[in-house]
Amino acid sequence: MATAVSTPPAGPAQATPARRLLPVWVRPALIWAGILILLSLTRWISGAQDITSSGTAGAALRLAVPILLAGMAGLWSERAGVVNIGIEGMMVLGAWCGAYVALDHGPWAGIVAGAIGGALGGLLHAIATVTFGVDHIVSGVAINLLGPGIARFLSSVVFTNREGGGVTQSPQVPQPSTFTVPGLSDGLASIEKHHLLVISDLAGILGGLVTNVSWMTVLAIVLVPATAFVLWRTRFGLRLRSCGENPWAAESLGVNVYRYKYLGVVSSGAFGGLAGAFLSLVASNYYREGQTGGRGFIGLAAMIFGNWRPGGLLAGAGLFGFTDALQLRQGETSVHALFLALALGLAALGAWWLYRRRTLQGVIALLAAAGSLALYLFTDTVPQQFTQTTPYVTTLLVLALASQRLRMPKADGLPYRRGTAS
Amino acid sequence: MSRFDLRRIGLALAAPVMALVVSVVLVSVVLLVAGHDPVDAFRQMWEFGTQGPQLVNILNKSASYYLAALAVAIGFRMNLFNIGVDGQYQLAAMLAAVLGAAVTLPGPLHVLFIVVVAAVVGALWAGIAGVLKVYRGVSEVISTIMLNFIGGALVAWMLTPQVFANLSNNIVKTPDIPSSGWFPGFSFGDNGTVYGFIIVSALVGIAYWFVLSRTRFGFDLRATGLSESAAVASGVGVRRMVMSAMLLSGAVAGLVGMPLLLGESHSFGQDFPAGIGFVGIAIALLGRNNPIGIAFASLLWSFLDVSNQILDLLGIPKEIVTIMQGTIVLAVVVAYEFTRRLALASEQRRVAAQLGGSLEGDATPPVPAGTGAA
Repeated sequence: MATAVSTPPAGPAQATPARRLLPVWVRPALIWAGILILLSLTRWISGAQDITSSGTAGAALRLAVPILLAGMAGLWSERAGVVNIGIEGMMVLGAWCGAYVALDHGPWAGIVAGAIGGALGGLLHAIATVTFGVDHIVSGVAINLLGPGIARFLSSVVFTNREGGGVTQSPQVPQPSTFTVPGLSDGLASIEKHHLLVISDLAGILGGLVTNVSWMTVLAIVLVPATAFVLWRTRFGLRLRSCGENPWAAESLGVNVYRYKYLGVVSSGAFGGLAGAFLSLVASNYYREGQTGGRGFIGLAAMIFGNWRPGGLLAGAGLFGFTDALQLRQGETSVHALFLALALGLAALGAWWLYRRRTLQGVIALLAAAGSLALYLFTDTVPQQFTQTTPYVTTLLVLALASQRLRMPKADGLPYRRGTAS
Repeated sequence: MSRFDLRRIGLALAAPVMALVVSVVLVSVVLLVAGHDPVDAFRQMWEFGTQGPQLVNILNKSASYYLAALAVAIGFRMNLFNIGVDGQYQLAAMLAAVLGAAVTLPGPLHVLFIVVVAAVVGALWAGIAGVLKVYRGVSEVISTIMLNFIGGALVAWMLTPQVFANLSNNIVKTPDIPSSGWFPGFSFGDNGTVYGFIIVSALVGIAYWFVLSRTRFGFDLRATGLSESAAVASGVGVRRMVMSAMLLSGAVAGLVGMPLLLGESHSFGQDFPAGIGFVGIAIALLGRNNPIGIAFASLLWSFLDVSNQILDLLGIPKEIVTIMQGTIVLAVVVAYEFTRRLALASEQRRVAAQLGGSLEGDATPPVPAGTGAA
């Protein structure tokens, strides 16, 4: 569902007649299959079994969900035309509120509270940017200062006199329950053990995705197609996106732009809060200061990587979660093997571009592939600090190399005042 | 005319004062709700913060804050958002510390070498964002955020014993810079030593004022910030301006760590303060990109930072000050927007009055830009 919606419907400038004959889901499906084969080959050549093991897939899922939710926070806000770099602050509020309420009322109440806490941060951002016309970046920076400050203050008021709590962390909180798909999980694990090309890789990845999955993860993943549906297939979504593309035109058609921007930014905050609550309730079982670790910004990066679309965002979050997870699973060899995957992928991409007569891009890609291969052959390990930068470097590269294919909402970040259409 | 200018100055000062009042009121309410006496808290903060050692501490902190805010302000004047000051100064301080410890030079030259290294590193790191913006149209907001994290990772990597650092007293840090590379300070006996580099900070502030308001370059820069299309029309090369502004901003950002590095720590370690870049954004906003305003704002900020230590002794969580700082930033930008609209409205009234009074006089000032009304 999500991937189907993510493909741009008939981009006349790029689409070739041949591609238009195919259903919209074919292209993303081919890309995912290509990635699977690439990883499988890499595992086979390098012997880094953990690249596609179920353990890695499970960890990648757990690490990707907060990035995914943070990215959706960015999506909701930027689609309504408000840049939100305060997601990090909203996540902190969500993580704190989630942990606090979960302490006494159980994990699901905590998740709701996390969303509400984040939404309050979003409301603040909306008041500042929409009502008062403050620069979006400035307000975001202020919220990133405020969020941790408020959380720390509240912690020292509330958590310090409870057992196991302190100024920087909460006591242990209950977690939402997890599930394992019976039968499927064991069956896939037995296929994975044989280390067959492609088949075992697929089994490993699927196995990781059906073993010990938190129900909140399911909720987060369901929210992706739900967001895609609401924003792209309903009247409400059309109006909200029109506020991000051209608020003056929307206004002239009778859309209450302020209201839609408010709704977009408050929902954005709620998603940020959910991302935070996931960190404090699912990824660990307590709130801790600095828990968000810049994931709000990684979410933003995933959103840009995904071209301000839910399907692309899902891919971005998956990629960043995956590189994070590799680090945990035999990090040094696994991440090192990633250079081989990169070399193979770039070589394939370069060949494709040469075939399509985009010579310059093709040559650059092939050169990069050679460089990546050289790195693989001549180094043994990758310092862990460098793998952490994957999301950031990827985003910079995507922005620098593919900026013509990226299209952010047209009025994103522009100030808008009611009644100023010319 | 002069009466009007006075009003404008009044409006400009009103905004930060309003913001301060709002945040004080808000924090007082929070303190009251939490069961503390706000008046007592503020009085204790004032008494503690105005003691000798704390004053020295405040001055030292503000030397760095001032530079960070200037770096941000250079970008702001051109509508450029250098969020990357944080990464720029940490990388710059790190490399300056490593190279400074590696060379032997006579006194002043050694200091100069370290400072130049820091400025160049800062400028280069910011320059990446500049190149991406100029040649690939990448928003500097996004690229500097990404570069912050990449820079942070580079610093973390260089701070490992395998690369540049070594472990001493349980703290990983770079080798010490020899004393020829120290910047002499002003000793106040028991109260401590004020970093000599604070003079350099002030000089950078004067240079900022001079370049922006007294040179052709500064005029072009401000013109580009106010209206890019108008600047292009009058022959300003916007690409070159973006590059120069980013490089300059990065160079100043590179100096942010210098007061501490040259004045006290003489090495870069895990305990080197982080996050000053974001403080710089807040201070630049509070000081409204004005070198004197920024000076007051950085003093206020470091006063809050230093004097909050006393709150813990009173049983009040000192994080209340972070909330205060955050609300000041939000309140001040709201207040500026508010006073901007007030000023605009009053200007429109004035123009309307002049137009109505002497229509045949026709020497009317143009309607201010930015009203947006058709």
